[in-house]
Amino acid sequence: MSKPSIEKGVNFIKGQIDAPVASFFSSCIHCGLCAEACLFYTETGDPKQTPINKVEPMRRVWEQEFTVLGKLKSMVGLGKPVDEKVFSEWETLVYDGCSLCGRCSLVCPVGNDISGMIRKIREGFSAAGHAPEGLISATQRAVEIGSPMGVKLPAVKAQIRHLQADTGLSVPLDQQGAEYMVLLSSMEIMNFPEYLEAIARIMKQAGKSWTISSTAFEATNSGIQIGVSDLAKVIVERVVDAAEALGVKTVISPECGHAYTAIRWDGPNLIGRPYKFEVKHILEVLDELTVAGLIQTEGMETAKLTYHDPCQIARKGGIVEAPRRLLNQVASNFIEMSEPGVMNWCCSGGGGVSANERADEIKLTAFRRKKSQLDELKVETLVTACANCRLTLEEGLEANGMDIPVVGLTEMVAEHLVEDGTQKESAS
Amino acid sequence: MELNELLIWARGPAFNIALAIFVFGMLLRLFEILSLGRKEDLSAARGSGVAGGLRTILSRSLPRQTLFSREPLRIINGYLLHIGLFVVIFLYRPHIELFERLFGVSWMGLPTGVVDAVTAVTILSLFVALLIRIYNPVLRFISTPGDYLIWLVTLLPLVSGYMAYNHLLLGYTLMLTLHILSVELLLIVAPFTKLTHMFSFVLARWYQGYLAGRRGVES
Amino acid sequence: MSREIGNNPLDNGTFADHLEQNGVSRRGFLKFCTSMAAALALPAGSAEVMAEALAAAKRPTVIWLSFQECTGCTESITRSHTPTIENLIFDYISLDYHHTLQVAAGLQAEEARDQAMKAAYGKYLLIVDGAIPIKDGGIYSTIAGRTNLSMLEEAAAGAAALISVGTCAAYGGLPMAHPNPTGAVPVTDIVKDKPVMNIPGCPPIGLVMTSAIAHFLTFGRLPEMDQLGRPKAFYGDSIHDRCYRRPFYDRGLFAKAFDDEGARKGWCLYELGCKGPTTHNACATMKWNDGTSFPIESGHPCLGCSEPNFWDAGGFYEALSVPQSRMGETILKAGAVGVGVGAVAAALNQRNKAATVAAQETMTVDALKKES
Ligand code: SF4
Ligand code: SF4
Ligand code: SF4
Repeated sequence: MSKPSIEKGVNFIKGQIDAPVASFFSSCIHCGLCAEACLFYTETGDPKQTPINKVEPMRRVWEQEFTVLGKLKSMVGLGKPVDEKVFSEWETLVYDGCSLCGRCSLVCPVGNDISGMIRKIREGFSAAGHAPEGLISATQRAVEIGSPMGVKLPAVKAQIRHLQADTGLSVPLDQQGAEYMVLLSSMEIMNFPEYLEAIARIMKQAGKSWTISSTAFEATNSGIQIGVSDLAKVIVERVVDAAEALGVKTVISPECGHAYTAIRWDGPNLIGRPYKFEVKHILEVLDELTVAGLIQTEGMETAKLTYHDPCQIARKGGIVEAPRRLLNQVASNFIEMSEPGVMNWCCSGGGGVSANERADEIKLTAFRRKKSQLDELKVETLVTACANCRLTLEEGLEANGMDIPVVGLTEMVAEHLVEDGTQKESAS
Repeated sequence: MELNELLIWARGPAFNIALAIFVFGMLLRLFEILSLGRKEDLSAARGSGVAGGLRTILSRSLPRQTLFSREPLRIINGYLLHIGLFVVIFLYRPHIELFERLFGVSWMGLPTGVVDAVTAVTILSLFVALLIRIYNPVLRFISTPGDYLIWLVTLLPLVSGYMAYNHLLLGYTLMLTLHILSVELLLIVAPFTKLTHMFSFVLARWYQGYLAGRRGVES
Repeated sequence: MSREIGNNPLDNGTFADHLEQNGVSRRGFLKFCTSMAAALALPAGSAEVMAEALAAAKRPTVIWLSFQECTGCTESITRSHTPTIENLIFDYISLDYHHTLQVAAGLQAEEARDQAMKAAYGKYLLIVDGAIPIKDGGIYSTIAGRTNLSMLEEAAAGAAALISVGTCAAYGGLPMAHPNPTGAVPVTDIVKDKPVMNIPGCPPIGLVMTSAIAHFLTFGRLPEMDQLGRPKAFYGDSIHDRCYRRPFYDRGLFAKAFDDEGARKGWCLYELGCKGPTTHNACATMKWNDGTSFPIESGHPCLGCSEPNFWDAGGFYEALSVPQSRMGETILKAGAVGVGVGAVAAALNQRNKAATVAAQETMTVDALKKES
């Protein structure tokens, strides 16, 4: 295995260039509007953070490798270099300055998917040895241990035991033929155990068979965030193998947005074939169960609360209405943030930014966007549906001395779940 | 060379050359783009890619609210510029004559006076665009010499056409000649600059819209 | 109306005498001078100066040479229905040589020319219509065995000034049109050391010519000219600028066929090929046939006949904005080349990319780390 090199980096960038990328670069008229959509620009005011600038090295490779004019330019020495200096300079823009939120892609007047290109260019940067330390070690843990945070099966088992002891709920492990296979993100295992409890209660109430796989419980995919498809494939294959071995009908992605993108949209393309099962986000499942009348809720949160749309769930995942239906069922004072839904502003920690300690500072600067959105609303609770958003938001709020609890939507639904046992209680 | 000879050359051989380069160049660019291909998306579709692609080709012409509130001037100016160019190029009778000759179809034009006024507005919008490019920090940073070049080659036909019609500075014949030559310059330059966006934007919007359409997301 | 050149009864009188003999009153003459001064755009007060100078003017010697031409110019200039003062000017000048109009023929005619040239050497006005072929020594047009070229060179040497009448003499016109088999050139290509005024048009308007002669008679020199050697007073504006159909052009109302609704309503003829916008002439103001009409008024687009190369400027019925090239053919050819070269470029791109992807090693965790 050869060491990272600039040559490798350029080659990996080259390999990522396809017709869409070529059409994007051919079309960009440098209007600069994408900058206005990107929180890393709006909050820093640094023109370098203009989204399309973040993929400039890729543009150079495209021009020099795949256009006649660019080849001519290179021949007469007019081509711009893509060298060590360029990789060093762009590294922080490509990783620290982009949460792959996809907001820029939605405003570009010519229709450029800039966010998609940033995802692609990371392939080259990682091959060139210019991926951030934090992401490299997270990826290493994900590949070698099975989870980016280094969570191992015993930790999951311990959590399951706690849960069973505390609530008497059962969490089936490796149950063949279950309808659902539930995935978790390490953050949920480590920081938000409420999630697993919520799932267990909801599934029980809905009367659905479900399971957790002992070989593939982790959903997040650092391979996608760092931009190494080969490793992302290794991570995703575990889930696919487990799900197909267990013969489940549906795999449920946890609240984590990037996990959803990885397993739902990227996975089949990484392994090179369609799945033999369906993938749904937990919010989609909750919505379905509710609509089917399999679960009901009772009581209302009265606190003034708002919902933060995780980019990968709403903008890139298309799940916009489900969370609102669910929220309105359990909260009486739900108000929308400015620019809700598809155009919501990123929490600032997506796309590997939160796993990259070097980006902590810029992440907090970018968080100011969310802060000002929240300042406008003066809510008592912030609801979201992504463990990574949740962590980032909590950190940001704390750093800004704001005392707003952040709650996962699934747990909130579970809290208001009408359970056979409790229903009787409340009825009597 | 006599002025009229220059006009004859501009209307004849020069136009041929420019048109040939334009057609050749644009096709070359199209091949360059399409040859890079696109992997089939294997994920289970939630919506229709084709519908999404087609929708985005149209819908991207409207600005997002979030952007409009942040950059109203840039967006309105962009509209003025593009609508202006459309009117001037496609709704001026003498130009329609040209297209009729080329494609065999004709359509209604606008009164010449209206086109004249629109031309003035379009020229203004180009200057506003230039000022924004120079004074906005983002634009100043990302702009390349090519961006200024396409600004110029877009401006020249407008200004020369306007001046010819209004008998400014030079005689009509000379101005008309310069107008035609400047259009030829535009045709020659277009395939090799960002002016390719006049066609490739359809591809770009299609690709992004297709991706989004499959995912069942807005774009 | 016929004119007998060289037999003028007033050989030695002044122009005033000539007018008197033809029953023109002093008042009528003054009126004429006023309008002539206006036509020539002379400053206020010039009418009196002109009247005085003209009245006293002696009959000048004029030699008219016709080369590669169609006689349309002569026709145009001599055409008149009433004996106006303009015509009287024309009558008055001593057309000592004009082989269409003169009575004399053959040797006699050539002698008349020689004599006139000798008698008025350095003072006569030389009028030329028709282009001059110079290819192969100019043998494609000869008069009495002499080439037009040598005749012009000789006559020009003794002329005070020259007037090129008609587009052929002025700019080469039809004889010079592509592919110009006789190597025709305009007068100015041959005569470089004498003042030459061009009165282009195919044919030109008679009055323009008369006015120019009146100016020459009055001031002893040619009127002010533009870059193309045309009297500014008559060629300063384009037809389009003076066209009475202009309001339709501005409103975007165009006739699209010679017999359509627009044509009947008198709409602009641009789309029927009108070259008015690039044509400088006085047709729209002075009109033809004693001010009766001009082509556009009678429903026909301007051909641009007073401009150089008008024969080569594309179809008369093609709008000015339509390129005179075979666009369809160009697009097909360029398109074919584009597809060909594009296919090659595409194949190269595909190979380039495929080779790159094939050469990529599978990434591992170790491959991410610079040092390990
Ligand atoms: S994807 Fe989001 S964070 Fe990244 S450049 Fe675009 S707008 Fe900025
Ligand atoms: S918004 Fe689109 S066209 Fe404008 S600079 Fe960004 S990528 Fe280019
Ligand atoms: S008819 Fe000819 S000269 Fe008259 S306005 Fe139309 S284009 Fe101009």
